[in-house]
Amino acid sequence: MRGRLVRRVVGSLMTGLTYGAAALAILPLAAILAMLIVKGAGSINLDFFVKSAVPLGESGGGFAYAIVGTLIIVGLACVVGLPIGIGAGIYLAEFGGGTFGFVVRFVADMMNGTPSVVIGIIVWSLVVTPMGHFSAFAGGCALAIILVPIVARTTEEMVRLVPNSLREAALALGYPQWRTSLAVVARTARAAIVTGCLVAVARVAGETAPLLFTAFGNQFFSARIFSPMAALPLQIYDYAVGPYDDWHRLAWAGALVLILLVLAISLAARLVTRAKRHAT
Amino acid sequence: MEPVIPQPSPAPAPRPTPAAAPAAGPAAAPAGPPRLATDALTAWYGATTGVRNVTLGFPANTVTALIGPSGCGKSTLLRSLNRMHELVPGARVTGRVLLDGLDLYAAGVNPVRVRRSIGMVFQRPTPFPAMSIAENVAAGLAVGPRLPRGQRAEIVERALQRAALWDEVKDRLHDSPLALSGGQQQRLCIARTVAPEPEVILLDEPTASLDPAGTSHIEELVQQLKKEFTVVIVTHNLQQAARVSDVTAFFYLGELVEAGPTTRIFTAPREERTEAYVTGRFG
Amino acid sequence: MTDVPAPALEPEVMPRPTTEERWRALRAVSRGDVVYRAVLTALTLCLPAVLLLIAATLVVDALPGIKAMGLGFLVHSEWDAVHNRFGALPLIVGTLYSSAIALAIAVPMALACAVFLTEFAPRWLRSPVATLVELLAAVPSVIYGLWGIFVLIPLLRDHLWPLVRPVLGKLPIFSGVFYGPSMLAAGVILSIMILPYIAAVSREVLLAVPPSQREAGLALGATRWETVWSVILPYGRAGIMGAVILGLGRALGETMAVTMVIGNNHQVALSVLKPGYTIASVIANEFSESVTKLQVSSLFYVGLVLFVITLIVNALARVLVWQVARGSGVGSTAL
Repeated sequence: MRGRLVRRVVGSLMTGLTYGAAALAILPLAAILAMLIVKGAGSINLDFFVKSAVPLGESGGGFAYAIVGTLIIVGLACVVGLPIGIGAGIYLAEFGGGTFGFVVRFVADMMNGTPSVVIGIIVWSLVVTPMGHFSAFAGGCALAIILVPIVARTTEEMVRLVPNSLREAALALGYPQWRTSLAVVARTARAAIVTGCLVAVARVAGETAPLLFTAFGNQFFSARIFSPMAALPLQIYDYAVGPYDDWHRLAWAGALVLILLVLAISLAARLVTRAKRHAT
Repeated sequence: MEPVIPQPSPAPAPRPTPAAAPAAGPAAAPAGPPRLATDALTAWYGATTGVRNVTLGFPANTVTALIGPSGCGKSTLLRSLNRMHELVPGARVTGRVLLDGLDLYAAGVNPVRVRRSIGMVFQRPTPFPAMSIAENVAAGLAVGPRLPRGQRAEIVERALQRAALWDEVKDRLHDSPLALSGGQQQRLCIARTVAPEPEVILLDEPTASLDPAGTSHIEELVQQLKKEFTVVIVTHNLQQAARVSDVTAFFYLGELVEAGPTTRIFTAPREERTEAYVTGRFG
Repeated sequence: MTDVPAPALEPEVMPRPTTEERWRALRAVSRGDVVYRAVLTALTLCLPAVLLLIAATLVVDALPGIKAMGLGFLVHSEWDAVHNRFGALPLIVGTLYSSAIALAIAVPMALACAVFLTEFAPRWLRSPVATLVELLAAVPSVIYGLWGIFVLIPLLRDHLWPLVRPVLGKLPIFSGVFYGPSMLAAGVILSIMILPYIAAVSREVLLAVPPSQREAGLALGATRWETVWSVILPYGRAGIMGAVILGLGRALGETMAVTMVIGNNHQVALSVLKPGYTIASVIANEFSESVTKLQVSSLFYVGLVLFVITLIVNALARVLVWQVARGSGVGSTAL
């Protein structure tokens, strides 16, 4: 049995190490943000937002198409993915007690773990190939597939948090099951569900791999859903691995914009849920 | 196809007899056919019975208290009255519950519709957090017949007045109900229950989570409510039952032991077990 | 309480219905419930349907490759698009190797973080630090890759490596010239990316340990640290293992950051300083520019392999985490 002093010293040492580990874990976040600001902020000017990507060999250019493209593709994904995800989440919370519910939950978790690049090639095979060309629509499909299981699980969790006493009270008023579920349960969980959706959308907005073979990117402006379309993360990638310093500079700027977007949504969503948890 | 209208069952026994006017305490039980009655009602949780072979009448415009030690089946019986018991997985009910002679457990009866005629207030106040105070009170109206907007506001005001809450919330009808105290929230739940004008109101230990001030408010309220509704209240507080009810039914181990006018049950019970319980020999 | 008389309402506000009408009302059917449940069920069925679709499409598209090369595909090393010869061994090895490096770095740190957040951090610090760690998971992969190319690789190659080379350069695992893009860079980037997942799930697992365990340890005279090491961590062992395996699942599938720093070279090498390849990277890199049908099919083939591996790994992780927190949402919400 070690002496008291030794045990105490070891204890303090370990405590210190955990402090160190936490600091070290956060360090990359700070480093990345710092680098993005340092290297990217200078390039964020009007040109950046207004100009389109330029072809090989030319300098300058901007991310206008990419930003618009991301909005459109993510918008498409939301239109398809959010209703399915929220609906499935409510189903799992309200009716999902039995085997079917267990299977669906398992499936959702498996889908959450599937690499997004695999989903990209699937959609290529199912949508791009029959269509004959890349499209924003295909990109939206791929992102929707990623969105649905995330939203389903968070929605289920939020709806489950609604106390059963509220359901009982609604039923006692003569509410049928569907009205209880929608007008009372879902309505109570509404803010939390929206927050969960926002976090999922922020995550999906940053996805690059599935768009590589679906939306593909586009040098020219296109708001047509059934044509290839540029997207912010795609263009960052293209510019980052490209040969020109100018492109690298713009990639940093694009990354800064992307991360501000993603972090702003994620942070806001988390603050809202934490505030609600303290309020109730 | 003509609906088969079940004939009102013969008067179930025991029947609360009109009592002689007592010196003080709750009002005498009025005469008249029971508004709500059970006939050989047995409620099951899977294989075990919660309450067995209960035949009991609840006279119109009276307050009936269901008393008994924990686990005696009084809450189970209460929940069987508005078909809430069957929501528990594996639960079922045999026997009849008659509302003005209509068997609520007859084949084809929709339990959702039953609950429009029989309202329930629970132990813990359950205001809907996503709705304002006024919206809470009007919540039960959403499943009733369509009403013009102006009438809705009137009904909300009237319900809040019956629940003795109007003066306290009339300036903040659109605020969140979570800002109200426990007692106020419970009165809000009562207002919500009375707004759609059910025939019967069931109260399941409504003051169990309230402080004495809140409790006395609710008890006064119950006395007022019986003017318009038939009230059944489950309580584990004997003094409350004595204060508030006109008729008392004592349950023990799932069986109805004795029922009658409250003054008689508390002063001259006929059954030994009843006497033992009301005198506090066991709880 | 005032006994305010209610305002007089016309008796016809709620007219008393006849017994017949009441009887009919009691028997009215609620059709809304059936429709509601049907709609929700249909939406829910989309999930297993899509998963089956993913699996089926992978198999169908990999079939030409499977037929042409059989299982030998998995053990051959040559990947030659020009001569239409493909072997996935470097890809599979690279995937596992990079993930192993990532776990080696991330697991101790993530556990230390989780312990920090649940046991040692002062209360006011817990929420902000937890949020910051979670935010790490919100950073898109391509941004990690960007940072990896222009910051991490120069850092490793020009500053860190010269320092440790005299000591570590002798080991075969650190042999060869370090150009930058390498298995090591990929491993480090991956470790940063999976740390928040392992930390978050471990934290939830540790929070689920009943306080009585902690109290029992302290009551027996153990220090805070000893309680953590000997009582709490073992109690949450299954869940923590699940968290680690979950992190592994993430690492196996990471694409963009890896492909930007790993060097994209079809070779199997022991040295972490050498470039390599992973399954996800090769798909990202070569899919759009595939020349032959066999190449496309090979990429689907290797994608199928990755899918199966991540499926097994994730299922295992789920089972372990569910053991600790039965069916709850612990660890399920992809951060």
